[in-house]
Amino acid sequence: MTLAPERPAQSATTLNSRLRIDSDAPRPQRPATKSSGKPNPAAHLSPEQIEGIGRELDALRQEVMDSRGERDAAYIRRVIKTQRYLELGSRAVLLFSGVKVKGFRPAWWIGTAGLSVAKILENMEIGHNVMHGQWDWMRDPKIHSTAWEWDNASPASQWKHSHNEIHHTFTNVLGRDNDLGYGILRVDEDQPWSLFYLFQPIWHVGNAIIFEYSIAAYDLELGGYLAKKDRMSEEEKAKFRKDAAEVVAKIKRQATKDYVVHPALSVVSGPTAPLHTLTANLVANLVRNLWTNTVIICGHFPPGIATFEKTSIEGETRGEWYLRQMLGSGNISGSKAMHIMTGNLSHQIEHHLFPDMPSNRYAEIAPRIRDLMERHDLPYVTGSLAKQVGSVYWKVVQLSLPNKVEGGPRRRDVIKDAVVRSYTRKKKLKRIAAAKKAKAAAAQSATA
Amino acid sequence: MSTQTRPTASPWLARFRTGIAGVAESLATPLVPADYLDLVSPLRAGADLRGRIVAITPETPDAATVTIRPGRGWLGHRPGQYIRIGVDVDGVRNWRAYSLTHGPDQPAGTISITVKAIENGVVSNHLVRRTRPGTLVMLDQATGEFCLPERLPGKVLFVTAGSGITPVMGMLRHHLDDLEDVVLVHSAPTASDVVFGRRLRAYAASGRLTLHERATDEVGMLDLAELDSLVPDWREREAWTCGPTGLLDAAEAHWEAEGLADRHHVERFRPTVIEPGEGGTVTFAASGKVVEADGATPILDAGEDAGVLLPSGCRMGICFGCVSTLRQGAVRDLRNGEITVAEPGDDLPVQTCVNAAAGPCEIDR
Repeated sequence: MTLAPERPAQSATTLNSRLRIDSDAPRPQRPATKSSGKPNPAAHLSPEQIEGIGRELDALRQEVMDSRGERDAAYIRRVIKTQRYLELGSRAVLLFSGVKVKGFRPAWWIGTAGLSVAKILENMEIGHNVMHGQWDWMRDPKIHSTAWEWDNASPASQWKHSHNEIHHTFTNVLGRDNDLGYGILRVDEDQPWSLFYLFQPIWHVGNAIIFEYSIAAYDLELGGYLAKKDRMSEEEKAKFRKDAAEVVAKIKRQATKDYVVHPALSVVSGPTAPLHTLTANLVANLVRNLWTNTVIICGHFPPGIATFEKTSIEGETRGEWYLRQMLGSGNISGSKAMHIMTGNLSHQIEHHLFPDMPSNRYAEIAPRIRDLMERHDLPYVTGSLAKQVGSVYWKVVQLSLPNKVEGGPRRRDVIKDAVVRSYTRKKKLKRIAAAKKAKAAAAQSATA
Repeated sequence: MSTQTRPTASPWLARFRTGIAGVAESLATPLVPADYLDLVSPLRAGADLRGRIVAITPETPDAATVTIRPGRGWLGHRPGQYIRIGVDVDGVRNWRAYSLTHGPDQPAGTISITVKAIENGVVSNHLVRRTRPGTLVMLDQATGEFCLPERLPGKVLFVTAGSGITPVMGMLRHHLDDLEDVVLVHSAPTASDVVFGRRLRAYAASGRLTLHERATDEVGMLDLAELDSLVPDWREREAWTCGPTGLLDAAEAHWEAEGLADRHHVERFRPTVIEPGEGGTVTFAASGKVVEADGATPILDAGEDAGVLLPSGCRMGICFGCVSTLRQGAVRDLRNGEITVAEPGDDLPVQTCVNAAAGPCEIDR
């Protein structure tokens, strides 16, 4: 490695401010409270201290990146190989999914369990991390962010845009990072409440069950399209249609594999076997959906994790970006096997600091990150899976209701008010639509 | 009759095979069937060309012959040609070109390259000193025009230096006895540094070629003017030169000056040596735009300022949405100063949002 020579500071207007630890204009001191009145967890840090954190993390990143080598390459190849053999083996066992022994179907259970694990490994420790570019340094064209496609409804290209680019750049910035509740959940008190969220425990569970499809819809920005269709340019609409066709084609391929071709093959073990293989694949996909959702909600939603306002990231330096990643993410503690099954997203803090660092290194640097945060009096959010998941589910229930405001209106009244307003608004819309229709009919009869 | 039934039978067969391939593809998606087949049979026909190293034989203290069993897709070679070989060193795939040196007596189905470990040479040192038999490597088919013509010339002169002997060795092993009159002028630092020294001396001793060895540590580099006394009839000979760039340049000029350039053949593995600098000319190949960029401006910004349509994302090096192919040249990572150098043919993917030009470079956009 060679160090960059000293070069004159350049105008910050053209280049991304996050490319640099320092800045030309002095950075402002963080306010003690956010505009919502909640305390700012980094208010005690001076801009110089944040710059120092940035330098320390840059050095740590460099240290690890310089030490990547054969051991790491062997690790990812071993995981990929294991996953492929596990999937092959499970699918082979499922050819006999219909065979009954003493009242139950052992091949179904073994095959389904194996396939579930294979799909989880494929999506998390392999797919997610390869698509992050964590293994691009190996220069293996097959294990590369530009070439990888994963066993999931969402096409790699669309996922990489919404996840790598939007979510990882704007982590936990209200109004910029849609991962904060995926547009269907209220997971932070600073997110405004609306009537829609009253039923969010249901949305949450439903979302978890069909997670791969909701990720696809989310990456496609389907919600945004439906809401803004009328205001979109033809060009934007054409892009959406192209992306949508891509998603549909991917889902078709995925479904053909899991729900048609593999089940059809198991006809070798009996005429009803395809049905059992079909349910096995359904269950494996469901298990994968529930598990990935469970892991992912622990990354940014548990209590103690900060969110940020849009204005707070203007001119953000690299150090400030690091700070936001640390405060905006939370870990899950557990065994080595659990870390692998979460794709090392259990080291969410480390992953968000260095999204392109090989995942097998996160555990290694975790104690040092924790030490750095504790030295700077910053909360390192972590806990067991049960604790973190429980806290998020509880939060989803709590935040389905509007915030409790001291001296403000009672929550019951806020909800009642919202119901009434929504009802009258619907009625009004209906009236407008009816008037429009009548007008059109009148115009038509006049021309006739 | 069989010639009449064939045309009707093969479309059926073809359709059947396409059908099978289609089913296999739908079973393997989002991967391809080859990804699974590679697990068990990486050298099968139809796979990306790979090879397994079967033996590594030392030639000199810093050179070794690497014998490789190529996959079923190997198409063979003409003596004198080279292959590109992709070797993983410290987890990173590196591609290098090496001449094929084996002869017709080689065990069936294997090929050999001979590698000289050069100072700081990542791949050459790895192959000579650390690689073990059994290692899988990536291969390209043999290529190159540094070969004897089909109608062999009567009198031949080879001028080689260092590892430049390797393609010539490939030719000698196949054709020495078909050639009437061969002179080899070979330079190496000392006699013990001569790759294939024993074999060459044996050829000379049995009168099959005339060998002029030159130990450059003792008597200095070869001056081509000396050819007049070493090989008085060199002008009448078809000549092949392989060695360091300095020798190649001098030899080309020497034959040119005598008006004999058409009798002279050279092998150049590295047409240009890329020296990283600060800033440089960025060529965007697909859009045909050429931009002067300083060493502090990301290639992405330099390209966009010139109106090149480039993929982009986070603009801070984390999302990998901007990755484009560096066809050749050098770039510097603005975050840590790390230099990435691509020789022609390397085609390295680089993040344009955090890399600036470090010398002339060509981007595939």
